[in-house]
Amino acid sequence: MRDGADADAIPVLGAAAMSPTSVFVTTFLAAAVEVIEMVIIVVGVGSVRGWRSTWLGAGVGLVVLALLVVIFGSALRAVPLDALRLVIGSLLVIFGLQWYRKGIRRVAVNGLRGMGERPASAEGVVTRGVDWTAFVLSFKGVLLEGLEVAFIVVSFGLTAQALSSAALGAAAAFVVVASAGLLARRLVQRIPRSALQLLVGTLLSSFGTFWAVESLGIAWPSDDAAILGLVIWYGVAAAAYVVLLRRGRLATVEVTP
Amino acid sequence: MSTLARWLRAFGRFWYGFIIGDDWTVAATVVAALVVTWLLHLADVEAWWLMPVAAVAATGLNLRRTGR
Repeated sequence: MRDGADADAIPVLGAAAMSPTSVFVTTFLAAAVEVIEMVIIVVGVGSVRGWRSTWLGAGVGLVVLALLVVIFGSALRAVPLDALRLVIGSLLVIFGLQWYRKGIRRVAVNGLRGMGERPASAEGVVTRGVDWTAFVLSFKGVLLEGLEVAFIVVSFGLTAQALSSAALGAAAAFVVVASAGLLARRLVQRIPRSALQLLVGTLLSSFGTFWAVESLGIAWPSDDAAILGLVIWYGVAAAAYVVLLRRGRLATVEVTP
Repeated sequence: MSTLARWLRAFGRFWYGFIIGDDWTVAATVVAALVVTWLLHLADVEAWWLMPVAAVAATGLNLRRTGR
């Protein structure tokens, strides 16, 4: 979702006509979209790289976000969100494509089986100390999406003169979506590691592409729903590359029988 | 080597791995695609499609190059 500039258009709805309940529901739905993106990144990164550093990154991200909200309050609307989106989106798509192509190679060689039991240390993941890759990915996802939620709350809450209802709506969205993410974590961990790396690489590349292009002031067709289109695009391309690699049409890989 | 120098080296190595990884051309393609997307946008040309196409093409070239 675009930043406060769009939310400034909310008076069209008529601030006086907005009851606290409708402010709560509207903010809940708008914030839920952003929190879903946040949770997908955290669950995906944690499943591939391990949870300790991922939680640490998410926790530090939330603390920084809380500090920014406390320090700047309604002045948050002055934060250059597009510049943040450009930096974080570009880094996310560049890094996401690394996991994307590694996942394609591994699925082409091993199929969708056998790698689920592979220990994290075999993937070059740090088992002692902080895994900075997991930390940075998780931190950036939480901070950017959290800032977008804060923008929604501040912009919508102030415009509709119902800041507490807007804050409650966003908090409720966070609790509901984060709880669903915790439940989904067990399901995600059942996915074989090779396929999981491809899946998370696809998601990171999709989010990164969306944010980086959006930061240039370009509107995606169907707004946030374009993320789903990007996931399908990268997913179909990955499937095509896997088939081409397995048939030896793109390059030679040793396929495990 | 001092602690600061070691830390700076590790910091630089981390970001090199994070951005460049095993193939600098993919990162360069993403940056170039973003610049071209922005220029097309300034010229009022619909350009949202360029990044996903460039990213998938760069991946294909990487797979072709590194698979041989």
